[in-house]
Amino acid sequence: MTVGLGPFLALAAVLFCIGLYGALSKKSAVMVLMSLELMTNAVNINLVALSRFRDPVGMTGQFFAAFVMVVAAAEIGLGLALVLALYRRTRTIELDRLDRLKG
Amino acid sequence: MPDHVSIVPFAVLTGAVVLGAVAMMLSRNVVHAAFWLLEVMMAVAGLFMLLSAGFLALVQVMVYAGAVSVLMLFTVMLTLRRREDAERPLDLSAASFGLAFAFGLAAATAIGSLPGARVRMPAHAPGVAEFGALLFSRWALPLEIASVVLLIALVGAVWWTGGEDR
Repeated sequence: MTVGLGPFLALAAVLFCIGLYGALSKKSAVMVLMSLELMTNAVNINLVALSRFRDPVGMTGQFFAAFVMVVAAAEIGLGLALVLALYRRTRTIELDRLDRLKG
Repeated sequence: MPDHVSIVPFAVLTGAVVLGAVAMMLSRNVVHAAFWLLEVMMAVAGLFMLLSAGFLALVQVMVYAGAVSVLMLFTVMLTLRRREDAERPLDLSAASFGLAFAFGLAAATAIGSLPGARVRMPAHAPGVAEFGALLFSRWALPLEIASVVLLIALVGAVWWTGGEDR
C-alpha cells in the first residue's frame, strides 16, 4: 500500500488550517507566532511533496522550501524580538491589551 | 532512495503532526504548547525523510527543533513575571474556526480537482550531493540573498531588543 501526492497535500492543508485557526484566535503574541510556524511548515510539506512527485531531478520545490525556511527563521527571530520590545514597553504580550489605537 | 512511500510510516507521522498541532491549540500552558510545536516539527522532519529530502530534514531538525523552539521558550520565560502566567484561558473562537474550516474546504476542493494528485512517485531521486551541487550553481544568487536576509534579521533583532535608552 503506497501513498500518492494527494495525502501529502491534504495533510499540509489540515496543518495550515490548524495554524490559521491558532493565528486568528490566540491572544498571546507568542502563541500567534507559533501558529505562524505551523503554517510555514504546512507550506514546506506542500513544496517538498510536489518537488518529489513532479520534479524529482530539478528539486525546485526543495530549494523553495529551503528559502522558505530562511525567511521563516528571520521572521520568527524578528517576531520574538518585537514581542520582547513590546513587553519592555507595555509589560504585557496579551494582544487584547494592546489597544492604544482604539478610538 | 526508496521509490514509494509506505502507508504505515506516513500514517504514523501524519497522526503525530495533526495530533501534535491540535494538542498545541488545546494546551493552556504556553510552555506545553512550545513542546507540542517541537513534536510537530520533528514529525515534519520525518515526512521530509519519507520524501527523500534528507538535507531539508536535517535543516528542519537543526533550525526548528534546535533554534526556533529554544527561542520560543526563551521568549516565554522572559515575558512571564510569575510561573502562573504560563497558564492561560483556552481562547476558543468560533469565528476563527469557521474561517479556518472554510479555508480547509476550499483547499480540499482544490486538491480534489488537481489533475496530478494520483501521480505515482518517480523512482529516481537525487541525494544530498546533487542538492549541494545545484545549490551552489543554479541557486547561488538566491542563496547569497538568503544569507543577507538572515544577517539583516539578526542585526534587526539585536537592535529591537537591545538597550533601554531608545
